[in-house]
Amino acid sequence: MNIDKKICDDLVANDVSFVTTVPCKQLAGVIEEIDQREEIFHIPSNKEDEGMGLCAGAFMGGKRPAIIMQNTAIGVTINTLATLTQFYRMPLPMIISYRGELREPVACQVEMAVHTKALLAQMHIPTYHFHWQDDVKEFDNILKYTFMCNKPVAILTDANFWGGYGDQ
Amino acid sequence: MIRSEILKEIAPILKDQLIVCNIGIPSQELHAIMDQPSNFYMLGTMGLASSIGLGVALAQDKTVISIDGDGSVLTNLGTLPTIGNNCPDNFILMIIDNGSYGSTGDQPTYTGRKTDLAGMARAAGCDTVVEVQDVDTGPALQAAIDSGKGTVMIVKCDSGNAKMPVITMDPVIIKDRFMKAIAS
Ligand SMILES: Cc1ncc(C[n+]2csc(CCOP(=O)(O)OP(=O)(O)O)c2C)c(N)n1
Ligand SMILES: [Mg+2]
Repeated sequence: MNIDKKICDDLVANDVSFVTTVPCKQLAGVIEEIDQREEIFHIPSNKEDEGMGLCAGAFMGGKRPAIIMQNTAIGVTINTLATLTQFYRMPLPMIISYRGELREPVACQVEMAVHTKALLAQMHIPTYHFHWQDDVKEFDNILKYTFMCNKPVAILTDANFWGGYGDQ
Repeated sequence: MIRSEILKEIAPILKDQLIVCNIGIPSQELHAIMDQPSNFYMLGTMGLASSIGLGVALAQDKTVISIDGDGSVLTNLGTLPTIGNNCPDNFILMIIDNGSYGSTGDQPTYTGRKTDLAGMARAAGCDTVVEVQDVDTGPALQAAIDSGKGTVMIVKCDSGNAKMPVITMDPVIIKDRFMKAIAS
């Protein structure tokens, strides 16, 4: 299974047409795939809270948005999630590379990984964790759930899900 | 002129336009002067008025005016390159540059010293950047709307706030009526 393609197919099938990204090494493939899709407008943002502002606007303008970012960005988006996305009740699928988990080569990434699920839980953000490639089968349901309930929803995708880093 | 005087003067131009308004006293002033369903008031999230407005403009065809502040643009400076590289024709970013964090008691920002927001917007890739004095805001805003070109306006004015009530409208209602105004 090509998980980059599957994620983009599900985005398109669920009418997600506005995607903002701040890259992570693990996300390079899916971002490349997004750029291949005519149905999706891709607007890179410089910081993830800015990206969530773009998504809030796009949603109110009639498009279904999504953000693709690294879990370290939870640290820079708490205020935006609480006072914009949640306060105004807007849907936002967040496809998050979960750095600092099993098969992680960079020690510093673990420092935010240990806080990631706790912060999401504290924010009452529905959270899914993709560890095996097969877990991506749930993605379509998660998108439907997100736009049903008008909440930000986190999909944490770890190194094992993306196939690891080779010999690093 | 202070921000509230500018807003009063341009109210006829803002009527029925889609507006995304900066957090704090700017939104309180706009709400008191000319509440309308097509006003989106930010109740929090300092810095994102330009990003939200750009998102709305990219998602549909109607003109969108973000009324922002110098302090808020400085806190979300990454917005300028994003606007510069993606600006649709229907987006106007109007930065009320009073050289201060007005809502929190007029503490000075760096735009009152050496920092030039117009220069920064141009360097970030924004093609149409106009800097105007407070008294010239109305004609400049009308010209930006009529031009059909994406525009960044920097409005230089005095620091100061009008005493207006806090907005008590529920955020979901603000969102809902704004979305209906967009869709209508
Ligand atoms: C993250 C964060 N820091 C600080 C504040 C407090 N705050 C609210 S409005 C504001 C000033 C904004 O200044 P500016 O954008 O220039 O608008 P003005 O009121 O001057 O028109 C500040 C500092 C906040 N709401 N959020
Ligand atoms: Mg100011």
